[in-house]
Amino acid sequence: MSAPILAVEGLTMRFGGLLAVDQLSLSAARGEITAIIGPNGAGKTTVFNCLTGFYRPTGGSITVTHENGETFRLERLPQHHIVRDARIARTFQNIRLFGGMTVLENLMVAQHNRLMREGARLPLALVGFGPYMRREAAAVDRARFWLERTGLIERADDAAASLPYGAQRRLEIARAMCTEPQLLCLDEPAAGLNPRESDALNELILFIRDTGADGRGCSVLLIEHDMSVVMTISDHIVVLDYGRKIADGAPAAIREDPKVIAAYLGVDEEEALAVDAALQKQ
Amino acid sequence: MDYALQQLVNGLTLGMIYGLIALGYTMVYGIIGMINFAHGDVFMIGAFISLISFILLGMGGITAVPIALVLVLAIAMCFTALYGFAVERVAYRPLRGSFRLAPLISAIGMSIFLQNFVQVAQGARVKPLEPVVTGGIVLMEGGTFTVTISAMQIIIILTTLVVLTIFTLIVARTPLGRAMRACEQDQRMAKLLGIDVDRTISLTFVIGAALAAVAGMMYLLYYGVIDFFIGFVAGVKAFTAAVLGGIGSLPGAVLGGLLIGLIETFWSAYFSVQYKDVAAFSILALTLLFMPSGLLGRHDVEKV
Repeated sequence: MSAPILAVEGLTMRFGGLLAVDQLSLSAARGEITAIIGPNGAGKTTVFNCLTGFYRPTGGSITVTHENGETFRLERLPQHHIVRDARIARTFQNIRLFGGMTVLENLMVAQHNRLMREGARLPLALVGFGPYMRREAAAVDRARFWLERTGLIERADDAAASLPYGAQRRLEIARAMCTEPQLLCLDEPAAGLNPRESDALNELILFIRDTGADGRGCSVLLIEHDMSVVMTISDHIVVLDYGRKIADGAPAAIREDPKVIAAYLGVDEEEALAVDAALQKQ
Repeated sequence: MDYALQQLVNGLTLGMIYGLIALGYTMVYGIIGMINFAHGDVFMIGAFISLISFILLGMGGITAVPIALVLVLAIAMCFTALYGFAVERVAYRPLRGSFRLAPLISAIGMSIFLQNFVQVAQGARVKPLEPVVTGGIVLMEGGTFTVTISAMQIIIILTTLVVLTIFTLIVARTPLGRAMRACEQDQRMAKLLGIDVDRTISLTFVIGAALAAVAGMMYLLYYGVIDFFIGFVAGVKAFTAAVLGGIGSLPGAVLGGLLIGLIETFWSAYFSVQYKDVAAFSILALTLLFMPSGLLGRHDVEKV
């Protein structure tokens, strides 16, 4: 058994007097979809923000281990190295695309590092020949691949802001995948989607888990309120409440866990009903 | 008619210079939302570096005009770019994330510093340069007035067009250009996609300064005299051009530059030379009053 791709230990995040995440430990296994669920305000997005360098955690450690054994301590990396070196990409609950750029350009920006790192020097880029053009072409191919997977290929040259909501969500996932991550963090990808879109999303996430960017699969960390999504595709679920972990296990076990049900029932009627409905459906 | 045509040629030439400087303002504004008030002085530095290189090349015996022009252009762009880089490092980067007015004040400080630095290093008197390029083409003869376009004007317009084309290609086609546009829209997201935002901002200043250096050299060649204070007026006019075109918009900056150049020239030709600055700055006031987002600018929705 190899080390989990993501190991969070004793993570604490304090905003003044508010303890948003309290001594949280969790891990995400390689090649699995790990879901983080919990009532509103449980600290799920805060965990994501700590993972991707938006917040500096007050305490604790976040370790990413790649397949080749290389490890990264995320809480110490500068933000732009998190995707470049630790290979973690994320999407947002409220979509953050580059609205004024085209769909294709959004995906090209995500490949910036690969284009720059492999020595795309400015003069070559201008004259337009040689290895630079090949790399650029490869980047376009990669972008096309994900556009086809997400059904956006027709819209490649449209401004990202002009896409309908569901398509923008898919584009955000496509953009994250273009960074060739080893771990993809999705923050409520199903929010605001209709049932048909939501099914397509499930398929996309499963495809990402099994195939990923390079055919070897990509681990997924998922925050989601839509229980039909969570229960269908997750391999493993972590439940948070008030910044603490209250349960951790396979979907079947979580479904029956009294603490989880209590947390949902006790906090938010709407979500408790959602859980209940999902249980009925299974 | 012929008189107006001559003014058109003169106005376009001047407008090209303003446009080049305006690009630097608008790029920096686009990426960090700050007016770089030291940019006019970076332009002045560019003019001085061009002057010094012309003199040094002359002393070194390189007097073939085309070679000298290309060499001076390259030297001026490189050294002025260094200044641009240093200005960003020293005066703006430490203040990033500080309150909004802090970098503005530091920009004004930088501007004063650069002016005084050049005044001390080069003296306060105007510096002349012997005309490097002479001659011209007569466009229209006869009547009361002969319309000519000087070789100098042709060089200015052509060089500017070439530089603008290269610059547009960089912004539109290269990873660097895409990174700049991405940082403009959402810096944190750009970081999350692995873009080194600090480096991109540095490069924006470097490119802006290089463009200002081209403008500085053109100004030197066109007017033949420079002093340590030229950056102020030219800078404020280019800033006006950027606002008129819509600050943050690259084509807008060039368009605004051309318009300001034309307005100023025609005003001087038909009304009064003394009040030409009044004409240019009235445009600034009118734009801000009636069209705050400029000709090609987009409406900025305040982010919540």
